[in-house]
Amino acid sequence: MIEVDNLHKSFGDTHVLKGITTSFEKGKTNLIIGQSGSGKTVFLKCLLGLLTPEEGTISYEGRIYSKLSGDERRDLRQEMGMVFQGSALFDSLTVEGNVMFPLEMFTRQSYAEMKERVDFVLNRVNLVDAHDRYPAEISGGMQKRVAIARAIVMNPKYLFCDEPNSGLDPKTAILIDNLIQEITQEYEITTVVNTHDMNSVMEIGEKIVFLKNGKKEWEGSNKEIFKTDNEAVTNFVYSSDLFKKVRQMYIEERN
Amino acid sequence: MNYLSAIGSYAIMIREVFKKPTKWRIMRSLILKEIDELIFNSLGIIIFIAIFIGGVVAIQTALNLTNPLIPKNLIGFATRQSVILEFAPTFTSIIMAGKVGSYITSSIGTMRVTEQIDALEVMGVNALNYLVFPKIIAMLFYPFAVAIAMYVGVFGGYLANIAGGYSSSGDFIEGLQMDFIPYHVTYSFIKTFVFAFIIATIPSFHGFYMTGGALDVGKASTTAFVWTSVVIIITNFILTQLLLG
Repeated sequence: MIEVDNLHKSFGDTHVLKGITTSFEKGKTNLIIGQSGSGKTVFLKCLLGLLTPEEGTISYEGRIYSKLSGDERRDLRQEMGMVFQGSALFDSLTVEGNVMFPLEMFTRQSYAEMKERVDFVLNRVNLVDAHDRYPAEISGGMQKRVAIARAIVMNPKYLFCDEPNSGLDPKTAILIDNLIQEITQEYEITTVVNTHDMNSVMEIGEKIVFLKNGKKEWEGSNKEIFKTDNEAVTNFVYSSDLFKKVRQMYIEERN
Repeated sequence: MNYLSAIGSYAIMIREVFKKPTKWRIMRSLILKEIDELIFNSLGIIIFIAIFIGGVVAIQTALNLTNPLIPKNLIGFATRQSVILEFAPTFTSIIMAGKVGSYITSSIGTMRVTEQIDALEVMGVNALNYLVFPKIIAMLFYPFAVAIAMYVGVFGGYLANIAGGYSSSGDFIEGLQMDFIPYHVTYSFIKTFVFAFIIATIPSFHGFYMTGGALDVGKASTTAFVWTSVVIIITNFILTQLLLG
């Protein structure tokens, strides 16, 4: 479980995060949603330790990040997996090399052991024939799957995804969403996904935190988001005609 | 104030490069890859430039020897001194600042833009050690390239001298051997080691701390080349004063 208490982050005079308090539960797919510029990415980078907040605490299973020593932080980071928006695969390494990278860096496993683990995770993300290909030679959806494989190869306790299905076609986006949810439940990971994709919200949002102007405006599940009367949430979630109709149907059905 | 801040950030970067080393097994392959990329892949251009620079020095010296009282062996002497003291170490380093420096800035900058550096940091890897340290070690082999440039430069001077009929082969070789001070080669190699460090680290600094997109990678490469050249020129002046003055 990740607990966030009164988190503040500024860049110069711009106050980006304004006292966010929330928690992300283990074994659940937690989503951070909000408009562009609402502070989602900054929040995610604070959770990852890439940015240091001015005020507030982030606690991982009771371990407060700001109070950890350098070695303890490095150990904690090895419990984290991250899927970046652009996949962030290493261009100079093959798919297999990318997934094997954390194992080579942080374990003393033999090549055969590492290879076995890499084959297992690549199988798990349904990528069986791409081992020797370079990131530039595979599609965006495959790159995302390689990024997920690299993120889970070390059996992380925490999985962070920054807009994992941006730039993907709807079908592949759903596949990636489902894969993230399956992995989260299968390995009991605390997953935090940064997204503004409404399909993801409806499909996998077991817990949703809605940010507006750097503040937590609302939180709940994908079932509760249908019922909420919070104007900011409804304006954001039901900005498209399709979702407006879906909500109308839901309300009529409920009445 | 910005310059002071940049110098401070550069010093902090250098400290971080030597902290928390990457596993030797991985580092060894990175170093070998960088030696190939930074040194071996530069030998062609270094040899090409050195041979012509040596030739030009010999021709210009010969053309300025209008006084018949000045011995012709001065062509060999001037070529040797110019190539060993200045052209091989400094001129080659400026070229390397362009070739190797822009490669370093653009490769690291692209990794920054595409979040690959963030990915390393999230994993708990010391990204500066992983990316910059192998380049510094690889550049320790740069003096070998400069030694080749010295040899080829003098040889280029010899060829131009003979082809142009400015002096005899004997005169040129006599000039090469005249008043030779071995310390000049040592001075040249000391300079080269310092330039190698500058060529490895300043472009790395500009790539690692760049912000923006693809266009900014290009801008960072240009800025890195300008600053690497400026620092090489200033360092050259200081080292010459310290070592020869």
